Amino acid sequence: MTFKPITTAALIAGTALSPLPAFAGPDAIKVGLLMDMTGNYSDVAGQGSVTAAEMAVEDFGGTVLGKPIEVVHADMQNKVDIATSIAREWFDVEAVDAIVDSNMSSAGLAVSEIAVEKDRLMIMNISGSPRFTNESCNPNTIHYVYDTYALATSTGKAVVRGGGDKWFFVTVDYTFGHDFQAQAEDAVASEGGETIGSVLVPLNAGDYSSALIQAQSSDANVIAFATAGADTSNAIKQAAEFGIGQGDDRQLAGLLVYINEIDALGLETAQGMLLTSAFYWDLDEETRAFSNRYMEKMGKMPNMSQAGVYSSTMHYLKAVEAAGTEDHAAVMAKMKEMPINDFFVKDGYIREDGRMMRDMYLFRVKSPDQSTGPWDYYEKVATISADDAFTPVSESRCYLLKEQN
Amino acid sequence: MPRFPLLPALALLLLLCIAPLVFYPIFLIKLLCFALFAAAFHLLLGYVGLLSFGHAAFFGTGAYMSAQALARWNLAPELALLFAVAMSAALGAVIGFLAVRRQGIYFAMITLALGQMVYFIYLQAPFTGGEDGIRGITPGHFLGVVDLADPLALYFTVLALTVLAFALVWRIVQSPFGMILEAIRENEPRAISLGYNPTLYKLAAFTFSAGLAGLAGGLKAMSFQIATLVDVTWQMSGEVVLMTLVGGIGTFLGPVVGAFIIGGLEQFLARSTLPAPVILGAAFILCVMLFRKGVAGTARSLVQAWAQRRSTPNTPETDPTNRTDK
Repeated sequence: MTFKPITTAALIAGTALSPLPAFAGPDAIKVGLLMDMTGNYSDVAGQGSVTAAEMAVEDFGGTVLGKPIEVVHADMQNKVDIATSIAREWFDVEAVDAIVDSNMSSAGLAVSEIAVEKDRLMIMNISGSPRFTNESCNPNTIHYVYDTYALATSTGKAVVRGGGDKWFFVTVDYTFGHDFQAQAEDAVASEGGETIGSVLVPLNAGDYSSALIQAQSSDANVIAFATAGADTSNAIKQAAEFGIGQGDDRQLAGLLVYINEIDALGLETAQGMLLTSAFYWDLDEETRAFSNRYMEKMGKMPNMSQAGVYSSTMHYLKAVEAAGTEDHAAVMAKMKEMPINDFFVKDGYIREDGRMMRDMYLFRVKSPDQSTGPWDYYEKVATISADDAFTPVSESRCYLLKEQN
Repeated sequence: MPRFPLLPALALLLLLCIAPLVFYPIFLIKLLCFALFAAAFHLLLGYVGLLSFGHAAFFGTGAYMSAQALARWNLAPELALLFAVAMSAALGAVIGFLAVRRQGIYFAMITLALGQMVYFIYLQAPFTGGEDGIRGITPGHFLGVVDLADPLALYFTVLALTVLAFALVWRIVQSPFGMILEAIRENEPRAISLGYNPTLYKLAAFTFSAGLAGLAGGLKAMSFQIATLVDVTWQMSGEVVLMTLVGGIGTFLGPVVGAFIIGGLEQFLARSTLPAPVILGAAFILCVMLFRKGVAGTARSLVQAWAQRRSTPNTPETDPTNRTDK
């Protein structure tokens, strides 16, 4: 038999490695964030979300069960492979206990599955895919802030109740947009409104003029954008150029809009638009207190996901303390058992499928005259109760809820 | 005949065998997949002189097809990979058929356009799950014996397949077929006058390259247990160009070096506070300005210069591009 150096080396390397080295023992509680720190989504998540998590740890006191709490984060660069490989490394090598946010629903769903495999926790704050608590639900994952079902349903119901009963949809042409529109249509119909037309636009189309002209020539009184990110911003900008929703009796409704996008568009362009959000910094004394502290660190107001990172991290740490152990199943049981009451959510609770149940708000974007200064953008129009907003248990596609029924 | 870069290749392989002692295996698997992808791309750029700007279409097809086969059809991993390679090669044959008749910038633009078309098909096709991707992949047992759930077993499986694929690339570029490809690159009219049909040869090379990119994508989906739109974006096509240029065009191991540098930087920068895109961009500019031959090409030139100064007879000539077939 001939000597095979490579095979030998491979075998030696293989046997020497079976147990992976653990650099950090279990003597710290670690929470991780997989954020886009430099790309398209760095404004709505990014450093702001990391700062929110750090604030929660600081406010909690920095230690739990006598162990220091550590926040780690990585720039996942909007690449799923970077997010998943870092998540695995965090769980395997660095003993991270919970990942409290990840950009991109594909990465988030993958990380959530890794959390099950490694028996750790995953809390989703930035992404809105309803899959987290339906087809892909699992006992290790919490979907904390919102999902597209809740946004579409809340906006649909509240706007029809307010008189906007003839809807025209401008929808981005892939699964996300189709689902978004279908959910909003259902909500509109359930309140007695009707959908009189819709137009599909390709992702990242840039030019919405033909879609907007179609919308304008219909006799709809609500023009809804079932889009996200740059598509929404571009569509709203062009709608303002066409004068749609400003001065005529039509209303624009953005199904998924972050306050950062309104800040970028400016009130001149975005005024009058309706949108649903789980959080606004200027709701009451408590939200203002947190947001002003955040403002001092970040130079801008927190959006719903960034505030959600703070609230969910705090809730996680309280659950660790209440459970008296870092055993992840015990902590998760506590998280689902304890009600959540803070500046972010009142009487919130986490349903068996991982869905955090909370009220949603319909806002109207202020006109420049109404606004008193930077970040004074929203006027609250309606509150939608948690049961009205989120997928009812009877319609859930999550096996964890089916077991209960 | 150019000599096989035996010493560097063996050193690299040895390093890869002991690398899991230091680095996390899943991260190393990613580097291997990118290296294979870059090798597929380099096969076209380096040996046929065709700059394809839509190679992510094949990488992504490989990823989606192996994900589909593993997650939904529960095929064995080796069959899923074969399926991924076959589908990517088939797509390569179609896109190649439309693209290889044109040269230079027109070829690049056609591949970019068709690559984007493939992206939008995957964006809209129901089976890909839009931006959620295909998940729930259980890699299973390779050839019925190797349990791929173990990261190390997975790593050495991917390493073995990558080495095999590189051996195949070497075999192809050294075959009479590879010689004709180089002849076409150097002087197409002359190749025609000798009785060869360049379009057919280019199409064959394009199809082979697509299949290899599909293998890389299939391995990546199998290892990361997910296939997403990221693998089909034009940015991914751009990244493979970047890897190949940084590594060095015309060197057999250049794509490996480039993929390791870019992939390693991405992962390293993810954990640092430095802005990843800025650093990667700066690295690319530096490389283009200072090392036109890429890292591997520059290293080879240095070694050759050193060998010549010692004026050893039989200086190993390993550069396939500098060869004179006259």
